[in-house]
Amino acid sequence: MTVASYIFGVASAVLTLIVVIEMLRRRRLRERHAVWWLIAGTLALVIGVFPPVLVWAAGLVGVAVPLNLVFFVSVAVLFLVCIQHSAELTTLESKTRVLAETAALQDLRIQALERALADSAPSKPQA
Amino acid sequence: MTPSISSTLIVMPALNEEESVRGVVEEVLQKLPGIAVLVVDDGSTDDTAAEALAGGALVARLPFNLGVGGAMRVGFRYAIDHGFANVVQVDSDGQHDPASVRALVEGLDYADLVIGARFAGEGDYTVKGPRRWAMVVLSKFLSVTAHTPLTDTTSGFKASGPRAVRLFAEHYPAEYLGDTIESLVIAARAKCVIRQIPVSMRARAGGTPSHNPLKAAAYLGRASMALLFALVRPPVQLHEGTPTA
Repeated sequence: MTVASYIFGVASAVLTLIVVIEMLRRRRLRERHAVWWLIAGTLALVIGVFPPVLVWAAGLVGVAVPLNLVFFVSVAVLFLVCIQHSAELTTLESKTRVLAETAALQDLRIQALERALADSAPSKPQA
Repeated sequence: MTPSISSTLIVMPALNEEESVRGVVEEVLQKLPGIAVLVVDDGSTDDTAAEALAGGALVARLPFNLGVGGAMRVGFRYAIDHGFANVVQVDSDGQHDPASVRALVEGLDYADLVIGARFAGEGDYTVKGPRRWAMVVLSKFLSVTAHTPLTDTTSGFKASGPRAVRLFAEHYPAEYLGDTIESLVIAARAKCVIRQIPVSMRARAGGTPSHNPLKAAAYLGRASMALLFALVRPPVQLHEGTPTA
């Protein structure tokens, strides 16, 4: 491994972490959505700083080519994030549905109140 | 008017039905004088809401399209809020004969959910070919789940009694086919008594049912999926007694 590729790996991981943390700081990202990106960034940083960790981890789970472990973990993290987003979308849809129904029901109440007001209002305008 | 009819709310989900909805509302009010009719405008882009109002119905307007399930839950929630005991779903395209509403509501004396079935001997409504077979297979499975022989599980002509109204106001599904298949499974698993009675159906005002075998196969696939997921979901409990304020 050249010095350049070592620096490149570490810099990429640090950049990822900076972006995620900065978005968290500015409240552009909620913690529960950021947790996967923080885990992925931290893993990338550990492996970038100590490349032998990757070889050791690959040996531990019996992956012959260490790089394949990187691909596997990357896909797994992306997969979990996608699932989480689908679940959140479902929750949001059911909340939107309740809001739409409530809006329709309140509109009905307003109509009824307006009718009642119009009926009870005296025919002559009050002075 | 019998007490059960006077405490019944007719709910009509309507999506872009400006041509038929007024006539259907007027026919319901003429055949069942004094009954409350709530048209739920499911995000129509035409004059459905105005036509329904002109026909003499209450109109709830959804800000966007939610599907039949979403529209029906508005009806169930309205019924709970305003003290209606029963809800009868009637299509806004004139397919359902309002004269049968009385029979459906009378059926609620001994059941929580009464389905107006098209293939049960009355009327001249027929569906042929693969779509018919798909419906028959579904009916067999649902009959087992519901502990009662059902022949037309995709009928939208249904009466819900007080227990079913309380259940559906919270748990009426909005997914594709949720308003027919899954709602039956939810009701059956919440120990609601389900019955069907024969009703006559009229031909739809516009369009004919598709007889394309591919579409029928897709329908059967989606319906089987809907049924499968409805069965593997945890059953919802119906809270007995009146809800506390």
